[in-house]
Amino acid sequence: MTLESATREQCFEQLLLGKAVKSAGWLEAIRDEALARARDLKFPSERHDDWRLTDLSALLQHRFRPVDSSASVSLADIEKFLIPGTARLVFVDGSHAPQLSDLTQAGNGVTVSSLVERSGDAQLESNFARHAAYGQDAFAALNTRFFEDGAYIHVAGEATVPIHILNVATRRETPSALYPRVLVVMQANSRATVIEDYAGIGDGTTLTNAVTEVVLGDHSQLQHVRVQREEQSAFHIGHCAVDAAGGSVYTSTALAFGARISRLDLHATQRGEGAEVMLNGLALISGRQIADTHTRIDHAAPRCKSHQLHKCIADGSAHAIFSGKIIVHEGAAGTDAVQSSRNLLLSGKARIDTQPQLEIFNDDVSCKHGATVGQIDADALFFLKSRGLTEARARNLLTHAFAAEIIEKIAVPSLVELLGRTILDESMKGAA
Amino acid sequence: MIKAGSKTLLEVKNLHAAVQVDGAGSVEILKGVDFTIRAGEVHAIMGINGSGKSTLSKVLAGHPDYTVTGGSATFEGSDLFTLEPEARARAGLFLAFQYPVEIPGVSNSALLRLAYNTLQNERGLEELDPLEFDDLLQEKIKVVEMDPRYLSRGVNEGFSGGEKKRNEILQMAVLEPKLAILDETDSGLDIDALRIVASGVNQLLTPDNAVVMVTHYQRLLNYIVPDYVHVMSAGRIVKTGGKELALELEERGYDWLKAA
Repeated sequence: MTLESATREQCFEQLLLGKAVKSAGWLEAIRDEALARARDLKFPSERHDDWRLTDLSALLQHRFRPVDSSASVSLADIEKFLIPGTARLVFVDGSHAPQLSDLTQAGNGVTVSSLVERSGDAQLESNFARHAAYGQDAFAALNTRFFEDGAYIHVAGEATVPIHILNVATRRETPSALYPRVLVVMQANSRATVIEDYAGIGDGTTLTNAVTEVVLGDHSQLQHVRVQREEQSAFHIGHCAVDAAGGSVYTSTALAFGARISRLDLHATQRGEGAEVMLNGLALISGRQIADTHTRIDHAAPRCKSHQLHKCIADGSAHAIFSGKIIVHEGAAGTDAVQSSRNLLLSGKARIDTQPQLEIFNDDVSCKHGATVGQIDADALFFLKSRGLTEARARNLLTHAFAAEIIEKIAVPSLVELLGRTILDESMKGAA
Repeated sequence: MIKAGSKTLLEVKNLHAAVQVDGAGSVEILKGVDFTIRAGEVHAIMGINGSGKSTLSKVLAGHPDYTVTGGSATFEGSDLFTLEPEARARAGLFLAFQYPVEIPGVSNSALLRLAYNTLQNERGLEELDPLEFDDLLQEKIKVVEMDPRYLSRGVNEGFSGGEKKRNEILQMAVLEPKLAILDETDSGLDIDALRIVASGVNQLLTPDNAVVMVTHYQRLLNYIVPDYVHVMSAGRIVKTGGKELALELEERGYDWLKAA
């Protein structure tokens, strides 16, 4: 056994020693199965095709333990993360924090609660753990085994305000593993905006291993925003599974700004005729950060549409990875798929890998994909300098402009404003 | 207008500059350019394509593709070539680009405010907040008769050729440079756009600033009347005269002036 694989094994063994969570019988069975799957699957090795570009060594050197006490977090501590005009459900280190939540605006026909609180709900039970592939993904299996609580959103009708699920990780003495969980169930013809948000207080060594499941009923519409703005010392592994019924419209905007290493696996399945899936992604990283986004869209029904735009911006010695798979299944006639990967390298040491992949098992389709990797446009840079802007300010502005195309797709103006003011400026401080 | 005793803004002496050309190494484009610009003056630099007139404007603004290989340029007493492009802009030099770039994602008004406030800072003056700046901008866009809707768009994003040139002059109006170099601002303009752009420039002329028009055609000079016309050929100014020289060029072409 090599040193590398020994470290990998030890790190994983420690995760398997997580804290067993008492739950209802139906869930207990799922948890047991998940643990068995996690044991079989093990940590993905560098030989694993979906993980071969992702250098996990910074993560593997830690031994992450379960969180065994609750942190004291006040509203003032999380104020900078709040998004005006939203209903808010807060979790601190994976535990529901009702005192920090504010659901007064959530509206009629909209359930926003903790999973534990809604235990016994038939809709919850029939959808939970049915979509996230914990049988094939070791991290999803670990989450399914060890999650303590999570967010449950059920929408019938139209949600009046965006729903903000804020997951806050705090600084602990020892490296800790957190297992946030989200289930969104959209009834037929319902509409909502959900913001799934990961942030941290203090530079703790945390491993956030999150699983989200989204179920869209016929002709429902969901705007799903995912913001990963964790501390630079944190690790983040996210898994999101989307099941889209006929005529539904799913729009995702997934943003990765924080964490030492972050990974998102986003898998959308178009199960019903005429479903639309729009995936917008942005990774904006610097220093030694690694951000890896793997997406997969399954066109499994006729006349479905998918449109994807993913952007990576890497500065310093950062490494951004994008792998986007689109599978057009037999019988998915009239598929219309467009995928585009646009990348900006800000330094000679930064690296971006992009792998758009199309697999088509059908004739009657229109599929387009393309990828570009570029640098800051020299003419634009000179123009801005000739207007008095410093090199750093000009580069910052052009980077901002490149990112803005994704951020401005978010249909929540207060969040767009917040991100423009905080995250973008923050992540580009190094350039100033 | 030429006035006795007005201040020298720019003095260029024996300027040589080169550009890197793929396969040909360093190629000298400017081969000893001399001219002087004083406050209140309007100059035109004319010449055929390849004579070096656009290179001259880029070298003065500090374009990174060009290397100064000899000579000097003094701008209000300082050595221009020791300054970065942004420092030249802050000192009051402005280049209106021949091919303005499009920058989607940066709104026109945001850029104008950023550039304006950068200069205000440099001059030790108060920065303007977005509302105050908007008032200023509403006045400035009248100079180039621009539709206010172009302010909220990305910089030059989807602008026609004429709109881009107007936008350059709007930037000049906002930044109020001491010396503005207009690089082929007339190219690609129809007669109405040309009239608007020229009228904008004329409104901005004061006894304290100066304009250099780099142009191929005499047409622009009907609207912005120069005090001096310089003819460039093969990297040098080969003849300098008054506005009548431009008319003579229009009639006779450039051949009779070719550098020896």
